Amino acid sequence: MIYFELFYTFFLIGAFTFGGGYAMLPLIQAEIERKGWMPSEDIVNFIAVSESTPGPFAINISTYVGNQMGGVLGAVCSTLGVVLPSFIIILIVARCYDKFKNSTAVKGCMSGLKPAAIGLIASAVVTIGKTVFFPHGFKLSVFTEVSFYISLLLFAVMAFLTFQKKLHPIWIICISAAVGIIAGYALDLPV
Amino acid sequence: MNEHESRRSRLLPLFLTFLKIGGFTFGGGYAMIPLIQKETVENKHWISDDDILEIIAIAESTPGPIAINSATFVGYRTAGVLGAVLATLGVVLPSFVIITIISMVLTQFQSLRAVKYAFYGIRAGVLALIVKAFWSMYKKCPRGIVSYIVMAFAFICAAIFDVNVIIIIICSALFGLVTTLLAKRRLDHQS
Repeated sequence: MIYFELFYTFFLIGAFTFGGGYAMLPLIQAEIERKGWMPSEDIVNFIAVSESTPGPFAINISTYVGNQMGGVLGAVCSTLGVVLPSFIIILIVARCYDKFKNSTAVKGCMSGLKPAAIGLIASAVVTIGKTVFFPHGFKLSVFTEVSFYISLLLFAVMAFLTFQKKLHPIWIICISAAVGIIAGYALDLPV
Repeated sequence: MNEHESRRSRLLPLFLTFLKIGGFTFGGGYAMIPLIQKETVENKHWISDDDILEIIAIAESTPGPIAINSATFVGYRTAGVLGAVLATLGVVLPSFVIITIISMVLTQFQSLRAVKYAFYGIRAGVLALIVKAFWSMYKKCPRGIVSYIVMAFAFICAAIFDVNVIIIIICSALFGLVTTLLAKRRLDHQS
């Protein structure tokens, strides 16, 4: 049943991601693709939607996937799923914070979880990079297509603006969208 | 007013405060912390600045999105389990409603040519944002031989061998735990 499947999948995602924001991305991406719920391209598109709307990424994406797969009831199931593990664990930890804080076991696990999140997000960069630069799979003919070079140039400029100029993500998204539309119509790119 | 009554009188304000926090933070996660601090420490005096530091430490070492972790924690500290429920509901609700509306509209707009071009541009911008997120996480992570081994292990397993992300996370936590316990034992032996 799709409702249970949504709840269970997002429960796992909620229970196994540490650190906020994009630390969740690799697991979300892997699970959604494994289930065949959404192509990688749609997930990348949705990251932009999530950056331009309020609220945490995890809630936004679980609501979105839930809606797409099972309507509003599906969204309720997936969002409840992603929230529940945090909720239960925090209620437990809030009662015995001092024990938790000084626990060698927690510190030990964290010393493995933090670098793992970095390795995983690096692999998400590779997957998303493939979606951006080689949307139809890796072929040599890509290097003759103008859309490939526009993506490359746009990525380089946006990386410069976000790293060096510390431009807000919303501006990065607005500028990228504008460049995409102008370049698309001006060069009559294939859709 | 006794303790019980004052706790109950905080339920509605808790819900409304977290509704506001959920509705007005873009990007989620750490972007929420300053707003939570302002609302719950400076304006409402529900918790102290030390509690905020505690929340960040707990959120970092428990699974799930930081927004949920902190809402549950503040809600529980301020008005018990019911407070935790209402604060969490408040922080989730704006995202849920906004994304539900968007996902109904987005599906229809996605087939428009201009929207396709816009997302084509946006995907390159999003890649830059994720590379930036990767870099900030890498800079914050403690360095050391164990860290580098886990980073490389997680990256290779996920990007090349397509191993289930949950298995990678569990193995990394166990590896961190074992190396920490071994280091501690060696230290105990020396002293």
